[in-house]
Amino acid sequence: MSDRAGIGETPLAVEHEERPELRHHFADVEQQRNAATLGMWWFLGTEIMFFGGMFCAYLVYRRWYFPEFAASSRSLDLIVGTLNTAVLICSSLTVAMSVRAAQLGKRKLQVQLLLATIFFGLVFLGVKAYEWDNKYKEHHIPTFSFNAQDLIKDNQKLFGLDKLQNDPAKLQEREAEIQRRSQIFFSLYFALTGMHAIHMVIGVGIFAVITWMAHKGRFTPEYHTPLEIAGLYWHFVDIVWIYLFPLLYLIDRRPGA
Amino acid sequence: MATAVVTTERKNYLNAEYGIRSWLLTTDHKRIALLYLLSITFFFFIGGFFALLIRLELLTPAGDLLTADTYNKAFTMHGQIMVFFFLIPSIPAVLGNFLIPMMIGAKDLAFPRINLLSWYIYIVAGILYLHCLVSGGVDTGWTFYTPYSSLFSNTHVVEAGLAIFIVGFSSILTGLNFVVTIHRMRAPGLTWSRLPLFVWSHYATSIIMLLGTPVIAITLVLVVLERTLNLGIFDASRGGDPVLFQHLFWFYSHPAVYIMILPSMAVMSEIIPCFSRKRVFGYTFVAMSSIAIAAIGFLVWAHHMFVAGISLYSALVFSFLSFLVAVPSAVKVFNWTATMYKGSVSFSTPMLYAMGFIGLFTIGGLTGLFLATLGVDVHLHDTYFVIAHFHYVMVGGAVMGYLGGMHFWWPKISGRMYPEGWGRLAALIVFIGFNLTFFPQFLVGYLGMPRRYWQYPPEYQVYNVLSTAGASILAVGYLLPMVYLLWSLRYGKPAPDNPWQATGLEWRTASPPPTFNFDETPEVTWEAYEYETMPLPDEVTLER
Repeated sequence: MSDRAGIGETPLAVEHEERPELRHHFADVEQQRNAATLGMWWFLGTEIMFFGGMFCAYLVYRRWYFPEFAASSRSLDLIVGTLNTAVLICSSLTVAMSVRAAQLGKRKLQVQLLLATIFFGLVFLGVKAYEWDNKYKEHHIPTFSFNAQDLIKDNQKLFGLDKLQNDPAKLQEREAEIQRRSQIFFSLYFALTGMHAIHMVIGVGIFAVITWMAHKGRFTPEYHTPLEIAGLYWHFVDIVWIYLFPLLYLIDRRPGA
Repeated sequence: MATAVVTTERKNYLNAEYGIRSWLLTTDHKRIALLYLLSITFFFFIGGFFALLIRLELLTPAGDLLTADTYNKAFTMHGQIMVFFFLIPSIPAVLGNFLIPMMIGAKDLAFPRINLLSWYIYIVAGILYLHCLVSGGVDTGWTFYTPYSSLFSNTHVVEAGLAIFIVGFSSILTGLNFVVTIHRMRAPGLTWSRLPLFVWSHYATSIIMLLGTPVIAITLVLVVLERTLNLGIFDASRGGDPVLFQHLFWFYSHPAVYIMILPSMAVMSEIIPCFSRKRVFGYTFVAMSSIAIAAIGFLVWAHHMFVAGISLYSALVFSFLSFLVAVPSAVKVFNWTATMYKGSVSFSTPMLYAMGFIGLFTIGGLTGLFLATLGVDVHLHDTYFVIAHFHYVMVGGAVMGYLGGMHFWWPKISGRMYPEGWGRLAALIVFIGFNLTFFPQFLVGYLGMPRRYWQYPPEYQVYNVLSTAGASILAVGYLLPMVYLLWSLRYGKPAPDNPWQATGLEWRTASPPPTFNFDETPEVTWEAYEYETMPLPDEVTLER
């Protein structure tokens, strides 16, 4: 078996004297690194399931209430969303480069790249806050004086309201329905982006610690496991956004649809 | 006896350090297991107290002891405490925590500090739940079904939901620790095909913990958001879907049943070969059936929802898949029985629990098939038949396994032998009390008594009286081991390293083990369960 426990021939005592980062219950550094990495991968598996619950709800309602989802999606700011996606991808790039810098033993570069990562992360969160604030001003926060009138006005054809002009009772009923169903979209929008933002905040916290460790010179070309597994986490949070962006912003952007 | 003197003088994990700090800040998996043992025992008695209230109320047809509202709270908190604070952590966090590193020849779990963290998370969640309990409790049923939980209930749903959200992370971290440990920390020579089946079963359990628990976490978050921020995701009046909640809830909570039963099966696979003095029959099949249960267990959840308005075709598929999951469960039962066949069986306490388990789990499993049958389920849904079915699996299965395992490894954990006569007596009392409590519930459920009511028509009384009488006997059966196990800590005979002449690495070290389990890392050159080459247990040692 490939992952047979990797206890080598070396007597334990000798190994432990040589490597200060080696914890007592591991036989060697290799085994310790493998354990940490596998642990993080499994943890990311649990994270997929965590977001999976919300993605599942999204899937169901998007299929049921497609026009409302499409119209609500159009009310999100495409340009700001795209720029924010770019910012996040840059932050993942700097993480990957900082791991490389650690492998090459370039401490100063490592710290600079990590600071850039934190900076990009904070920019992302700031922009997100700006977008949420816009939604607040547009009365698009569910139940807090939520109002879908602007969606109704901009998407007459999509909602089939143009065909109901001669039937005020039906028109009113349909508008109330749109009001209810678009709230489901925004409930999911805030739940998903909110949960993602919480993960970003935790990520920034983790990287603050990692940067401090890098600054103190804890990472060597032989040992930089904490940086590596923190990087895995960061990439994962990034990938969640890569899914969220099209699912929330790009449902139906065809002009005139 | 020579070994006795040596045992008391040896340095072990219990006498390595003293003082409260050495326990609360320990990273030793064996000490953390004992911390868990104390905490889950505490919650077992709280959950048991609510069971007592339920059984007393149902002694008479009239609602005379509790009001309807209080009764709702009693069965809700009985369920939530027993499921989330007792059964799910029981065997994994106590026996699994204690034994997995020893069984694979490691010094500790892969992440000892995360292991301690998971206990603290459990405690924080437990305190939050207790606070919810004393400030008025919760009445939604353990299932938190919407829209009752999100729109109508006036009890502390948010607090209970958050407590269960938090305790889920304790379970996730335990599962994570086990999976990584089993993959990465095995001693040289301990290949996958030489692993004890206890470890295989815990591996399967851990995978369910890892992939299932996050889903209930997010589901509870959505219910909490629905209550606090008034979102409408599960509210039908605003376009939301309450049945979606049921899907998400059971996506975790059905596999959670396997989180409870697989570890118990793990214990069985150790006890039965040992007291039959035979290699377990069909090792590979038993190991793979654990994995199959974990895998298929994720695909059966909607059998809880046959009357909730799901489509006929999906109901057919879920019915079929639910039948399918019975196959690996049956493989296990047949293989344990075949292990006993022509073995030299001895009826020691752990073996009595194991044999009780086989019988009760079989009844619990087979009645599950009744409920997986679409037509029959319409009649039996939400009756006492369901209550009896899942108690046969969770109490007759999981708790019997837990008690059997506690007795089997008690000499290793405590370094003392428990009194065998009392042990057998308690096992017998538990078996009788259990059947008397829950068998009548099959009948009364079949006759149509619905679950979750505090009153019932007088013609059902005789079954309920039997049930309450059985519960009293069961309570004695649970209190007895508490008493004599504690007694044995002081007065029990010191245990030899391997009192049962069992195979397995945990028996090749001292009782109780030293802090790092083994004086030197063992190298495994033998297959699992080689009982043919083991001597019989020394009858003089066991005579106590």
